[in-house]
Amino acid sequence: MTSRRHFLIAAGGVAGGVGLGSVTGTAHATPDEMQEAVRKVTGQAPVRRGKVRLDMPPLIDNSNSVPLSVTVESPMTPSDHVKAIHVFTEKNPLPNVVSVYLGPRAGRAGIATRVRIADTQTVTAVAELSDGTFWSGSKSVVVTLSACLEDGMI
Amino acid sequence: MTEAVVNIPATTKRGEIIEIKALVRHPMETGFRRTQLGELIPRDIIRQFVCLYNGIEIFRADLHPAIAANPLLTFTTVATESGTITFRWTGDKGFSVTESAAITVV
Repeated sequence: MTSRRHFLIAAGGVAGGVGLGSVTGTAHATPDEMQEAVRKVTGQAPVRRGKVRLDMPPLIDNSNSVPLSVTVESPMTPSDHVKAIHVFTEKNPLPNVVSVYLGPRAGRAGIATRVRIADTQTVTAVAELSDGTFWSGSKSVVVTLSACLEDGMI
Repeated sequence: MTEAVVNIPATTKRGEIIEIKALVRHPMETGFRRTQLGELIPRDIIRQFVCLYNGIEIFRADLHPAIAANPLLTFTTVATESGTITFRWTGDKGFSVTESAAITVV
């Protein structure tokens, strides 16, 4: 026999499920989706914090073009270098921002570009080293005007 | 009309780490925006950038819609020999731009 309490719990579960579905159905990625995107790159390997420095302005006026730079502590020798740097966001429509592939010929493990940032969030950079380890660094930024979905920018 | 602008030192010493800046004209349409009539504007982005130093790949980047319009990439390389540095951007709708710059290493 289904008691009223059980029914309410079940209904709540369904409603909660629908709620979650609609959240993932929006154009915004979630921190979980970002973790998934990170795992796609790293596989099973653990990601340690450190070595990676991600620089962005802490307060963003124009989120359609935000300077971003990533530097990784590495001697960049043939035996010890950074193979790739991946940048991820939590709340942009898609978690991936850019993936760059470099090698010992780079001399320094540092890149810079300009990105779109949809919302106040944490941006994360993950570096893949030649020894197979992964290191990350992140930066929290505050956005005062949003990109990606706003029509005002056209 | 200039499609791409690249900046490298014309002359440098052997073994020096040089900074390379590569900019290309492109709207990087995200595919998430709508027109005023509510129609989704299809995605049109640059997918990949490759930099070759005398034909050997030294840097590659996969771009996503989160890269700002007119993508700028700054990176470094060790000046090993005189020659040509080639830059190639490829993307949606058959987009392909190639630019090259000469470098003299002394």
